[in-house]
Amino acid sequence: MSEVKIVDARGSFCPGPLMELIAAMRAASVGEELEVLSTDRGSAEDIPEWIKKVGHDLISSSEEAGVYRLRVRKAK
Amino acid sequence: MKRILIVGGGTGGTILANNLARRLRHEMDASRVSVTVLSASPRHMYQPGLLYVAFGKMAASDLYVDQETLLDPSIHFHVDPVETFDLDHNEVKAKSGKTYGYDYLAICTGSRPTLASVPGLMESAHHVYTEEAAIKTAEALRTFEGGRIAIVTGVPHKCPMVPLELTFMMYDYFKDRDLLDKVSFKYTYPIGRVHSLENVAKWAAPEFDRMGVSYETLFNAKEVDGTQRRVHSEEGSVVEYDLLIAVPPHKGMEVIEQNKLGASGWIPTNRATLAMEGRDNVFVLGDTTNLPISKAGSTTHYEAEVLGENLARLATGGGPMRSYEGKVFCFIEAGKDRATYASFDYKNPPKPQPPTRAIHWFKLAYNRLYWNSVRGLL
Repeated sequence: MSEVKIVDARGSFCPGPLMELIAAMRAASVGEELEVLSTDRGSAEDIPEWIKKVGHDLISSSEEAGVYRLRVRKAK
Repeated sequence: MKRILIVGGGTGGTILANNLARRLRHEMDASRVSVTVLSASPRHMYQPGLLYVAFGKMAASDLYVDQETLLDPSIHFHVDPVETFDLDHNEVKAKSGKTYGYDYLAICTGSRPTLASVPGLMESAHHVYTEEAAIKTAEALRTFEGGRIAIVTGVPHKCPMVPLELTFMMYDYFKDRDLLDKVSFKYTYPIGRVHSLENVAKWAAPEFDRMGVSYETLFNAKEVDGTQRRVHSEEGSVVEYDLLIAVPPHKGMEVIEQNKLGASGWIPTNRATLAMEGRDNVFVLGDTTNLPISKAGSTTHYEAEVLGENLARLATGGGPMRSYEGKVFCFIEAGKDRATYASFDYKNPPKPQPPTRAIHWFKLAYNRLYWNSVRGLL
């Protein structure tokens, strides 16, 4: 199983988590998976929209105890 | 003697120093407390005025006052930029080679635009974040005879309302020149709405619709092709332009990064006490914090008033009594002669009202009143 890179953006507010994901995706290879951790609800809504617009794959999203986890695969 | 050292002579550092001088006058007269300000410049710039320089409404020379004249005479002021912070030994070393010790330290060094982080942006875009750039923007607007105007924003950036204000003010400027039928506006923004503050976005989007300003959200500039006049986004879209206006992404000052005080120059700061994380005698103000709030003069103004009260108590044997509650107040120029405002804090979001001429005139008055504000008279 390949290692999933964690982008820990907890405590960062909109647009921080999205910006951190964009930077991490720029450095990632095609096919690589990243998991963003965020405590910001606005970002949890923005990130799936951004993934859809860019054309990456949203693998899963969940929320537990105020922490949003979004797993993304770099598609191109 | 308790020594309070303030690093940075901008809005936050100046308000804090004058606030302390007022509260601690007797202690300073009796040499029980000293307040020292170290700045990188002998001049103080009113940065929000740059927007008006770009539209020919203020002269660049109106933006500056000698820093020494803004400070209470009891404050020790040195133009001596800090190069090294030794927080474990309560001292900083400045460019002159002199070491300054302290009992309490406030860091308010501000932020800087980093156009180089987007290839091509520096060469191709106009902006309003330096005197030189604002003057060049004024000339570009004055000589523009029509075409596609693109507004591109990077985050974080200083003064959250600038992307909107630039767009509204350009619209009125070209309207007055009877060029609206020859000009198109394309406003872009990095997140999924037209402004980071939700209620401001809800107010601004219909304004854009009414004016015929098109907009694209989730647009993060990746590079600018100045030859083809195209901005390529991280998201894969392309915006073509004849005049490119940028609100560039910012970082904290290099000295903060070099001293490893915080990633990208933003110092981790407690949102209530304004203490640097892990330190109880080091405080941070304004743009220099990593707090998720607006990087604006009013932010640092309200923070400085809280910190001034708390530091005055600490320096005289008391304990801090006030918390910063996230208070921010931003004017929003909605064109050449109307403005509104956003007032908010950690718990209460802004609710922008319809723009009025009265608020615009108040903003113009504040452009002059600023100097009394940093002196502590307002």
